[in-house]
Amino acid sequence: MELSPGQEAARAAFAAYVAEHVTPHAGAWDRDAATPREAIDRLAATGWLGAVIPAAQGGAGMDWVTFGLLNEELGRGCSSIRSLLTVHSMASHAVLRFGSRAQKERWLPLLARGEAIGAFALSEPNVGSDASAVETVATKDGDGWVLDGRKKWTTYGQVADVFLLFAKAEGKPVAFLVERDSPGLTVEPLRGITGTRASMLAELRLDGCRVPAEARLGGVGFGLGIAVATLEVGRYSVACGTAGIVRACLDASLAYAGERVQYGVPIGQHQLVQRMLAGMAAGARAAHWLCLRAGWLRDAGDPAATHETFVAKYFASTAATQAALDAVQIHGANGCSEDFPVERYLRDSRVMEIIEGSTQIQEVAIARGELAAAPRP
Amino acid sequence: MTNDEIKARVREFVSRFFRGHDLQDNEDLFATGYVNSMFAMQLVQFVESDFGLTVESEDLELDNFRSLDAITALVQRKSGAAV
Repeated sequence: MELSPGQEAARAAFAAYVAEHVTPHAGAWDRDAATPREAIDRLAATGWLGAVIPAAQGGAGMDWVTFGLLNEELGRGCSSIRSLLTVHSMASHAVLRFGSRAQKERWLPLLARGEAIGAFALSEPNVGSDASAVETVATKDGDGWVLDGRKKWTTYGQVADVFLLFAKAEGKPVAFLVERDSPGLTVEPLRGITGTRASMLAELRLDGCRVPAEARLGGVGFGLGIAVATLEVGRYSVACGTAGIVRACLDASLAYAGERVQYGVPIGQHQLVQRMLAGMAAGARAAHWLCLRAGWLRDAGDPAATHETFVAKYFASTAATQAALDAVQIHGANGCSEDFPVERYLRDSRVMEIIEGSTQIQEVAIARGELAAAPRP
Repeated sequence: MTNDEIKARVREFVSRFFRGHDLQDNEDLFATGYVNSMFAMQLVQFVESDFGLTVESEDLELDNFRSLDAITALVQRKSGAAV
């Protein structure tokens, strides 16, 4: 398994962009708990926010491997802005895959250019892993719908222009594309978050929020399926971005261990530090290759991609937690300071074990998949 | 592919979710209590992968997947298969 020359070139371009426009600013964005508009606009100008949208509809038309590489490189620099790519791509994919002709014609060009930012509104105050239990209610009203409920932890909800939002109509799950200026929709910033602090989380309050009939995405009864299919895109994006965190931990730790002198030698020469570096190096490679494998399978249209994406996300996110813990440990007191990025990696890695399916949800899905595929005596 | 051949393949797939239940051709699958909210999308994926069709947004209505007869009719309509 090797990257094509085009994929290698794309990765180099992503890495160069992140080194110049993301990494130097990620700490400040984290402290400010906001991604500056110009940073979003600059990313949009690259066209990469249209990664999952075909060129025919104005997007970048990336294959899944290239999209994964983009997430990994962005994730090396800043997990918040990588999260923007994640949720925007989820909304874009849902419109592309499940949207009507009118919805595609309206939204895909805007999403591809980043002129409209998309977000994913599934979680609620009482609803996390059990997506089938959403409490937001959609009621048919004349030629449109009225939405009532709350959505929470909506990544980049503070700046999103359109929300892929899930509700229930007469007890059946249903998806909508809800515009930010819909009457009855209030967007409130969420602050004090442990990780991905610059990802501009929001709570959405839907109080008799009126949306037109054409805002419905797919039929009533298909909302959960749309959510699950969209979450798979998000899970792949998060897995790849999290592989980038592991790599960032390794890079920072190698640099520090080569410069920091204790007992007369760089600490990288101490064997207990080497043990941590070795674990990080193996984790970074394994996470990278598991993500690439999931991407290749997805590009090939192989149904195994779903299972392998669970595996990649599970491994990458747990490896990131360990890598970030070790990176902070190697940095000592400096690792507990905002002057070094590893404390941010540690806070961000905690988030990665929770979003797009918690570690425990991945474990259940992986084990069930393996059991189902195991040969029966 | 004939109507009966399509229905036989649909029945074979759907029956995995209705073990021990004698499904009627026009029985409402969603009213039986045998399946959860994900079943509708599993039917979509089955129709797409098994019959090589693309289910468009306009087709994502429960009535198109409500019974063996309805799914068979959808497949016929999408593929232009002979009756």
